[in-house]
Amino acid sequence: MGDLSPSDHRTTSAQTSPIDSGRTLAQPRYSRRSLLFASAAAAVGGAAAVAVGGGIAVAGRQISTAATTTGDIEQDEADSVGTATVPFYGTHQAGVSTPAQAQVALCAFDLRHGIDGIALGKLLRIVTDDIARITSGRPALGDTAPELAATPARLTVTVGFGPALFDKIGRPDARPSGFADLPAFPEIDRLEDRYGPADLLLQICADDPVTVAHTQRMLLKDTRAFASTRWAQRGFLRARGSGPVGSTPRNVMGQVDGTVNPADQSEFDQLVWHPGPGWFTGGTMMVLRRIRMDVNSWDALDRSAMETTVGRRLSNGAPLTGSDEHDEPDLRATDATGLLAIADFAHLRLARGEGPAPQILRRPYNYDDSPGADGDSDLGQLFCCYQASIASQFVPMQRRLAAGDLLNQWITPIGSAVFAIPPGCEPGGYIGEGLLG
Amino acid sequence: MGHGRSREHRPWLVAAAGAGMLLLAGCGATAEQSSSSSAATTSAASSATAATTAGVSASSSDAGGEVTIADSWVKATVGTTDPSMTAAFGVLTNHTDQDLTIVSATNDVTDRTELHEMAMVDGAMVMRPIAGGIPIPANGTTTLEPGGLHVMIMDATTPIAPGDDVHVTLTLSDGSTVLFHATAKEFAGANESYNGGASGAMDTSTTGMDMGSSTSADHEHSSGEATHSDG
Repeated sequence: MGDLSPSDHRTTSAQTSPIDSGRTLAQPRYSRRSLLFASAAAAVGGAAAVAVGGGIAVAGRQISTAATTTGDIEQDEADSVGTATVPFYGTHQAGVSTPAQAQVALCAFDLRHGIDGIALGKLLRIVTDDIARITSGRPALGDTAPELAATPARLTVTVGFGPALFDKIGRPDARPSGFADLPAFPEIDRLEDRYGPADLLLQICADDPVTVAHTQRMLLKDTRAFASTRWAQRGFLRARGSGPVGSTPRNVMGQVDGTVNPADQSEFDQLVWHPGPGWFTGGTMMVLRRIRMDVNSWDALDRSAMETTVGRRLSNGAPLTGSDEHDEPDLRATDATGLLAIADFAHLRLARGEGPAPQILRRPYNYDDSPGADGDSDLGQLFCCYQASIASQFVPMQRRLAAGDLLNQWITPIGSAVFAIPPGCEPGGYIGEGLLG
Repeated sequence: MGHGRSREHRPWLVAAAGAGMLLLAGCGATAEQSSSSSAATTSAASSATAATTAGVSASSSDAGGEVTIADSWVKATVGTTDPSMTAAFGVLTNHTDQDLTIVSATNDVTDRTELHEMAMVDGAMVMRPIAGGIPIPANGTTTLEPGGLHVMIMDATTPIAPGDDVHVTLTLSDGSTVLFHATAKEFAGANESYNGGASGAMDTSTTGMDMGSSTSADHEHSSGEATHSDG
């Protein structure tokens, strides 16, 4: 098992520093990949040795070994995916620096009439207790299906506050600087109220969809006395185990999406965590944009047009001026015809701007809802990003993209909400205690 | 499973001594109500509880580590069929080498607390006061849970809303007390019919959730030890 548990390794390292796991988003891709492959090979050897030796203690394991050596490995992999945990307690909330799990449910709520800061504190104590338990693989108190909690699958639940919450609890003074609803982007926005701003967010991420569903149900039950559900949005990435851990996901248009992220600890800290002072120190600000993709018209493009639009190759996400996904793009390079290799209107160029890259932490998910009767897919992206300041980091970037991104022809923001993600807590404390305590 | 199990297995565990004094100091009225409530519940048990409460620092500090409770919670009454009654749950651990029994309980929200078991009476599962109290085996655990053993909180006149804390004091057979607080959670279950008679008692009439028909005799049965010695 030991050889086959990259998840266990990650959990251990994350325990010492929750941020640390964030580095795996961007850092040792190739070493990690080769490490994974090496450990898989070692495990094959190990399993084979076991099969030859025979006589294992656990009956279930013996059965799977008897079946085939390959089957035994798959069983071990499944075990490690299901039982892997991400520590809940810490300086920061989990679910931000955590390498993106395969599944997400984003649940937004509005405080019920009469819910003040004291009542909100009660809710957050309950929710904190629930999260601490479920993320460690134990049922929440009063869970009527506790068996479902035994598979945490790297579950994280992240709590966020909408801008209006601070007014509703009589603490407008406590709204972090740089945190407010986004300005309108009339060039691109076609926002639907049903995916609009809300008072409270629970971001539920795990590598197993049943875990997400069970966690959502438990948290809805414990939240509904305090807040009404505004919306719930489901998203997904490739299943855990379908690719190397920490690799950049592809969106449902086929693009490698989310390449430019903080590369090291200090960059991550600077870009993502609020420096303080005050109760929000160690928090972050989340932007959620529900972006519909018009794949019908996108399908009409040939591949080179698709690549020109984004500025990256479809094959591996490399910038058009490079060969590897993480090559630094050369924004001044020209092609044989004398035109800019990465066009003026390319998504890559406009997202980057003149400043240093990256500017935010991208953690996007795909969505795919029911198609229309005419066979048109309803799919797109739950663009989730995190930054120390929405006003100074996200808004300027979004302005550039709204004004000039060629990709806007095929993507349409239909939902938009922002949430202040409070810092984490220690055992005995609760999320939001700095605001409400 | 089992990750970090020991780390925060007892988030709401309150050592009886310290918390008891805090409760007395911080919520004088509440504590007062609590001790008078035990008098209303059963005269025999109430004197024991009152004595324990009076000598809280002495007897409870000894008990502080002997019996602990984890995972405590209480069903909120808001919106339930009968908001006058609810129950507290948790996992009790006896860290001593001797069998112990919870002989009575009080709470700071209502004047009446009973120790209940589930039993089959006339073909139906009902809850009823448990004769002799709730045992906690030496070096073992006893789980109080919906559909099983539980601390019944009765005669509630004000709603217990999700997030509210209910303080419960358990009195053990060795005279020590365990005080804990249970946070209320919305819970659809735990709607068992109430059978007023203690186990082994003659009265097996089922009164359902309506406690209005319960008699003072039922009250006498509510504390296992008191019932035993009196009966």
